[in-house]
Amino acid sequence: MSARILLALAAAAGASLALAADIPPEQRRSAYADMSPELRAIQDDDAANPASLWVLDGEALWNEHAGAAQKSCADCHGAGGALKGAAARYPRFDAALGAPVDLEQQINICRTERQKATPLAWESHALLALTAFVARQSRGEKISVAEDPRARPFVDAGRRLFTERRGQINLSCAQCHNDNWGKSLAGAPIPQALPTAYPIYRLEWQAMGSLRRRLRNCLSGVRAELWPQESRNYVDLELFLMSRANGMTLESPGARP
Amino acid sequence: MARALVNVPKRARMGEIIEIKALVSHPMESGYRVGLNGAVIPRDIIRLFTCGYNGVEIFRAEFSPAVAANPFMSFSTLALESGTLTFRWTGDKDFEVVETAEIVVE
Repeated sequence: MSARILLALAAAAGASLALAADIPPEQRRSAYADMSPELRAIQDDDAANPASLWVLDGEALWNEHAGAAQKSCADCHGAGGALKGAAARYPRFDAALGAPVDLEQQINICRTERQKATPLAWESHALLALTAFVARQSRGEKISVAEDPRARPFVDAGRRLFTERRGQINLSCAQCHNDNWGKSLAGAPIPQALPTAYPIYRLEWQAMGSLRRRLRNCLSGVRAELWPQESRNYVDLELFLMSRANGMTLESPGARP
Repeated sequence: MARALVNVPKRARMGEIIEIKALVSHPMESGYRVGLNGAVIPRDIIRLFTCGYNGVEIFRAEFSPAVAANPFMSFSTLALESGTLTFRWTGDKDFEVVETAEIVVE
């Protein structure tokens, strides 16, 4: 083998290694940057963003007494605005559980432990409304997750899920979102998978949805079997994705195509 | 929870063109979709949206099954007098939402 071919092979190997790497911080951008001006206008204007309907319902639920304890969220946390910045730190390591929890799970922990009420169902209107209401208070805050060293192993677990090939199409998340972001997939730009705006109002869904719903979307997109809703995988992956977005601005609740 | 969100400027100059925005929460089920059991999901849409300015109708829109869920309307009018704007959405299954907004014209 000539030196030239060896050199070319080495360069190709180097290139493929470089492809598998994370997106450099200076190249990170929210999917907002790839949206049409019309769609950006929807997100920028609360009066036009349908997510506002969920925020309003969330505010009503926030003040509603629930469960055997007959307590409202406001009884402990105070009026709206009390949780400014909180959503930018989720998923957060929960010492009692010894594992990270996302915002939806935290709301249900409050419901079962403080309000003595039944947990809200995944993707239910009430859970999305409360999440949207809490997340709205952190709009404009810097995302800062996984600062707790105890969260590290879960971030690594999330990274493994992100880089592992899966499904009949045999694709990993990283192959689209790290290696091919900015290109087109069926006419839509491939985003960098930086979850800066969840929960989102997605035009395709004609409804609000959580990051978990988006992940299930991607799983079925690569024709993988969906993880059951109680699977830890979702939170680990959410934690890893949010840690990739550390330092970026939270846009919740966002509007997406 | 049917909910509406309207946005009207609180104050305007006489004769000024003002922009009005109205968003309502509604599934807009087209009536053409088939459910998991194979049966057609019955149509459930908003049929009519009207906006009245001190009792005078200034805007009207008829909705069709092709309109997306949670429809958003934006239109403009002339600020001619102080008073109340009344927004009304009516549709299938006796759907009705009424929302009002006050405006001061000086």
